[in-house]
Order: sequence, then structure tokens, then C-alpha cells
Amino acid sequence: MGFVIPEFGPAMAEIALATGICVVLLADLFISDKHRGFTLLLALITLVLTGVAVTGGAGGSILTFSGSYIADPLSQVLKLFTLLIVAVVFVYSHSYLRDRGLLKGEYYLLGLFATLGMFVMISAHSLITMYLGLELMSLALYAMVAFDRESPVAAEAAMKYFILGAIASGVALYGMSIIYGLTGSLQLNEIAAVLRGPDAGTPAVMLGTAFVLIGVAFKFGAVPFHNWVPDVYQGAATSTTLFIGTAPKLAAFAMMFRLLETGLGAEDFAWEPMLVVLAVLSLAVGNVVAIAQTNIKRMLAYSTIGHVGFILLGFSTGTVEGYQAALFYTIVYSIMAAGAFGIVILMSQRGFEAEELSDFKGLNQRSPWFAGMMLLVMVSMIGIPPFVGFFAKLNVLAALVDINRTLLAVLAVLFSVIGAFYYLRVIRLMYFDEAEDTSPLQAGFDVRVLVSMNGLAVLLLGLFANPLLAICAAAIG
Amino acid sequence: MLTLTHFLMLSGALFAIAMAGIFINRKNMILLLMCIELLLLAVNFNFIAFSHFLGNADGQIFVFFILTVAAAEAAIGLAILVTLFRTRASIDVEDMDSLKG
Repeated sequence: MGFVIPEFGPAMAEIALATGICVVLLADLFISDKHRGFTLLLALITLVLTGVAVTGGAGGSILTFSGSYIADPLSQVLKLFTLLIVAVVFVYSHSYLRDRGLLKGEYYLLGLFATLGMFVMISAHSLITMYLGLELMSLALYAMVAFDRESPVAAEAAMKYFILGAIASGVALYGMSIIYGLTGSLQLNEIAAVLRGPDAGTPAVMLGTAFVLIGVAFKFGAVPFHNWVPDVYQGAATSTTLFIGTAPKLAAFAMMFRLLETGLGAEDFAWEPMLVVLAVLSLAVGNVVAIAQTNIKRMLAYSTIGHVGFILLGFSTGTVEGYQAALFYTIVYSIMAAGAFGIVILMSQRGFEAEELSDFKGLNQRSPWFAGMMLLVMVSMIGIPPFVGFFAKLNVLAALVDINRTLLAVLAVLFSVIGAFYYLRVIRLMYFDEAEDTSPLQAGFDVRVLVSMNGLAVLLLGLFANPLLAICAAAIG
Repeated sequence: MLTLTHFLMLSGALFAIAMAGIFINRKNMILLLMCIELLLLAVNFNFIAFSHFLGNADGQIFVFFILTVAAAEAAIGLAILVTLFRTRASIDVEDMDSLKG
């Protein structure tokens, strides 16, 4: 049996990204702290070139590297949005990091490595590649949380994230080992083929599925595996929170889709009831506990958990419409979250962290334009038409009603109504309370432009939702 | 004669010990890191046992990757531990309460 050289073409995006990372890594050594903006420029160029490599890929789905890597329309869509969001996050973070003396090349490098990990997860077609991508992403994220070395809270958040993350990947691996033992294969399509066969032992498969699902739920931050989310969001520097809160959700969606749909899709959806339970718990805990928060980052963390409930609910239908709705929701959520954290970054000035909800008091007096942008994002997160958050929720609910799960749809609506309270509270603080500090916001030109674009994108994507819906429909056909 | 069940029971026991260690331990952070290593070793044991009894080498290849990643993970964990100790001069699990999660 000869060794067949695998086809490298479909993995061009990862190769481009890895090459770019090496270039940034080397170049950063020769850049002085004053010219650190150059590292950002190089990182952005890397992202753009990777984007070109992603779009240059052929259509259809191609398996390569002995079936452990897949390039398909879904991976293209997820990769492009990941790149877009990472680029936005890098630009948002630049002035924040500079003002705090944290502007080191490592921030961008860790971000790029995490992006590479997400790419591998998105294109994973065997348990090995999935695990490697997951760890590459997670290890970079742990380090990113601990990035602010002087801050005791950041170190504590990093430690908690690390311990819980390591347990979650250990548990997911245990599930993978059980599935490997039952099917004798690590490739997702072969696993699916065996499980569709006649002699798939149900209880053991259930056990393996449950363990794998814990890993997925942890990465998403679904209840009851959500403990890390508020602590890490609060403890990490806002630039890191921004990163963790956005792009990895897309990778987590890919992980869920590949493992549960492609790999364990047979077996009469053993994971379906488990997902429903996780989704309902996330909706309940996320939306109710968020009300009690006074820290904006913690509040947004619980809001994430609530949104994850929606994503899981869409996915739990097991229908193509449900998957499309979940994909749409994930993409939309990461855009909205980037906007929300972008405004938190915009408000944090040198020597001042906009951490508490009270910091938003009277934002309208200080800067009506950015108060308006925050308004757009908050209203979209509530899910009021014509904003894009509405269509995201509507699609999930439609997918639920399609398979006669009206009760779940009603529950979801109920919890989002409860959730509307804390989003509206932010709006009230911005528009109807007096500002304690009436100085206008000081922020760089780049952040201002980007926040405005981000806020308007939430509105425009809602008014013209069809292209994005069509993209999601084409990705999961 | 050792059968697959014996190996699986051993690896299950290791997994359970590691889990118990993580949740019962209230004292030292380094013990947590050790428990995480044990968790991954339990998984490795599972993979090797399956791989041997299935006559399929895939599982053993996976183990190589897990070992490598575990080493990287331990390095990052210890690095975070060092920053933690530097900022608050304690690595007690009980002192990790400034974030209220």
C-alpha cells in the first residue's frame, strides 16, 4: 500500500492563515512598541488573504486528508464570517489595548492562532481534527484571557476558564473514545454509516453522545455548563471578552453541526431531547439571571446564554430549516455581540473601564449618535422588527412550529419577553437618566466608524434580510 | 485472561477518580491540574484498549495527538498558575472568589 499525497487545494485557507501567522510572528519581533499598529496591519492583511483563499475554493463538498477534512459551502460561509468578525474585533481592540499599555503583538498572534483553530474545527471531518481544532482555539483563548498579567481578576478568570475548559474537552474526548469503540472509526461519515446500521448498541451510543454533547454545550456556554461565561466575560480585558463572545460561537456551531448532525445524526436523534433540555434551561437562566446583573459585561454574558438557548432550540429540531435558522441566528448573534461589546470598548477610556450599567447613564447627552447605535443593537437583541434579531428569532420559532413543538415556541417567546426587560433598562439609562459625567466620548476615528457600521449593519441586515437568509439556506442545503 | 471489559472498567475508574478529585478538592490548584492530566490519561487508556481489541490503529494515533495536546495544556495551565500566584500570592481554590460565578 503506497502513501497517497493528499490534495492540499481545499485546505488553502488554513495554509494561507498558518503562513500569515508565521510572517506576523517573525515581523512582530522587529517592530518597536511605538509602531505596533504595523502588527495589526499585517494581521489584517493575513485575514484578507485568507478570505481570498476561502472564496477561491471550488464549490461542492470535497473530502481530503484521508477523509478527515472537509471543504463545503457551510465551511466557506462560517470561515468568511469568522474572518470578518475577527478583523472587526482586532480593529476595535487596538486603541483599547494601546491606552492600557497592553498593546503587544501577542494579542494579535493569539487571536490569529485561535482563528486557525476555529478554521480547523469548521472543516473537521474526523474526531481527531475536531479535537485538534478545538484545543488550538481553546489554548489560545485561555492565554488571551490571562493576557492582562497585572490584573488579579483576569488571572482568576483565566484559571477558571482553563480548568473548566480542560474538563469539558476531557469529557468530550471520553465520549469520542466510546463512539470510536462502538463504530471502529474516527471519520464522521463512517461513524454515521455504522450507527445507521442494524447493530448499533443504543445505550452505549447514548452515553457517548451525552459526553460529546457536554463538550459542545460547554463551548457554547449552555446551562448547566455556563458557569465560566459570566466570570470570564467580566474578568478578562474587554478586548478579550469581545473576541471570546463573538467568533468562537461560529466555531461552536460548526462543532455542533459536524459532530451531532454529520457524525451522530442517525440513532433517531438521541441528542434531540438532551438539546431541548439544555436550550430551555439556557433560555430560562440566561434571561432571568441577567436582570439581576449590574455589570454590563456580566449582563451581556447572561444575554449570550439566553441567545445560545435559541440557537440550540433551532438546532434541536433536527430539520434542515432548523439548522438554517440556528446558523442564521449564530451569525446574527456574533454581529450583534460585536456591536454591543464594541460600544463598551468605545466608552472605556484611558484609566476608566465602562463596566457598570450606571456608566451608560445619560449616554444620549454625551453622544446621541452612539447612544443610537447601542439602541439599535439592544433593540435587535430583544428581537423587535425590522431589526435582524427579529428574523433570527422568527426563523427558529417557525422551525419549531413546523414540527408541532408549539409549546417550546411559546416558552421561547415568553423568556425573550422577560429578557426584553434588561435590554430596555439599558435604553432607559441611556435616554432618560441624567449623565454623571457629561464629557463627550473620546475614541479613535477607526472605532467610531466601525461601531457606526456595526450598528447600522444590524438595521440594514434586518431590512434586507433575504441575502443572508439565502446564504444560510445555500450553506445547509 | 483480560478482556476489553477489564480495560474499560479501569479507564472508567480512572475517569471517576479524576472527576472526584476535581470536585472534592478544595485546597490546591496544582491538584486540579494533576486531575486534568489523569482525566486525559483515562481517555487514552480507553482509546488504546478499543484500538487493540478492534485491531484498528486509528485510536492509537489519536492517543499521540492527545498526549501532545495534554503537554501543551499543562504548559498553559502552569503559566496561568504562575500569573495567578504573582498577582495574589495564593493558589488556594478557596481564594478564587473575587468573581462570583
